[in-house]
Amino acid sequence: MPHCRLAAYDIACRRGDRVLFRGLSFELNPGEALHLSGPNGIGKSSLIRILCGLLRPAWGHVEHEGEMALSDERLALDLHRPLGEALAFWTRIDQAGGSRADFGLEDLLDVPVGYLSTGQRKRAALARLAASGARIWLLDEPLNGLDAHWGAAAQAAIEAHRAMGGIAVVASHQPLGLQRLRVMSLLEHLP
Amino acid sequence: MSGRRITASLRAIFARDLSTLLRGAMGRGGAVLPLLFFLAVAMLFPFAIGPDAKLLARTGAGVIWVAALLAAILPLDRLVEPDVEAGFFDQWALRGIAEEVLLVVRIVAHWLSFGVPLMLAAPISAGLLSLSREQLIVIEQGLLLGTPGLAAIGVTIAALTAGLRAGSALGGMLAIPLAVPLLIFGAGSLQPGGEGGLVLLAASSVAALAIAPFAGAAAIRAGRE
Repeated sequence: MPHCRLAAYDIACRRGDRVLFRGLSFELNPGEALHLSGPNGIGKSSLIRILCGLLRPAWGHVEHEGEMALSDERLALDLHRPLGEALAFWTRIDQAGGSRADFGLEDLLDVPVGYLSTGQRKRAALARLAASGARIWLLDEPLNGLDAHWGAAAQAAIEAHRAMGGIAVVASHQPLGLQRLRVMSLLEHLP
Repeated sequence: MSGRRITASLRAIFARDLSTLLRGAMGRGGAVLPLLFFLAVAMLFPFAIGPDAKLLARTGAGVIWVAALLAAILPLDRLVEPDVEAGFFDQWALRGIAEEVLLVVRIVAHWLSFGVPLMLAAPISAGLLSLSREQLIVIEQGLLLGTPGLAAIGVTIAALTAGLRAGSALGGMLAIPLAVPLLIFGAGSLQPGGEGGLVLLAASSVAALAIAPFAGAAAIRAGRE
């Protein structure tokens, strides 16, 4: 996997009149993972969106080398299409032989996405992310809705991605079982 | 992204746009609904004003244009909003595909699923309104030049109102004034001595097409804040 890097410098985020956090900096190199922790509403999702360039920070800037992939609460899969077709749409765009992590979706490929359960949808979103071939993974609450088995499988997929030299940023209010994980609590960056 | 990959991406996105707009998705009607609406107006009009063929022939062309404009409003709420809501535009942005390009693709797909069916249905409408062959030819020319403009205005308004509550009702109100020039020149081209109308119609369409991708893209980006 080619070189990748993700760095944030002195990021501050404002939503409306309220500053959510400020003075947030970090740098991630290949194989590293960062856990963004903190209670609901502290700005984890906003930070993820800032990192991938969908939201402008009120202050500071983000640098990245390598493509980024995002998995958040928005599925970006057509609910009326069978899962296989919905995922194939992104495969055609990404054209990457990304890691074929096993999320147990083989039996569901004919089922319209709209009929999938919360956990199955989450697994589909993770499969889309894994197949993208992007080197930097940004995951917003990846374990939400997953049972113990698939929660462990999702973390194993993140570990495999890191082992291949990828970067992962995980926003989660749950504890993660990843190796050599850096934890950043947004509570330490309150204004 | 390499050029080859961009071409493949845009082809996949165009195919998806077109199939979603033609078939409809998740309880939102496809291309058939605006078409039936367009025909319904042409069918109702003679009932309302009576079977006077001369009167129908004189006013029918205007009715067809009003029907086309109103039919253009029907699909507004499913042009952009569902894809913003489902995160498609976010995912495309992450892959470095510009919103402007996406909206050009969407305008083309929307025109194919809305403008072309209207042109195919226009002969039926013309028959219901007892329009002459000559009038029908001018109407078809007008629709060919005007519906791309209507499609562009539709996509722009859909992007502007994506994410707003009651966006679809507001969308109709915003689209109507913007579409008035197309209506005036389109219907005007059928008046005696109105040949210049088609040229002005084309000009209005080109203006709408030129502005739409940029205005719509700015709206989608602003909607993320």
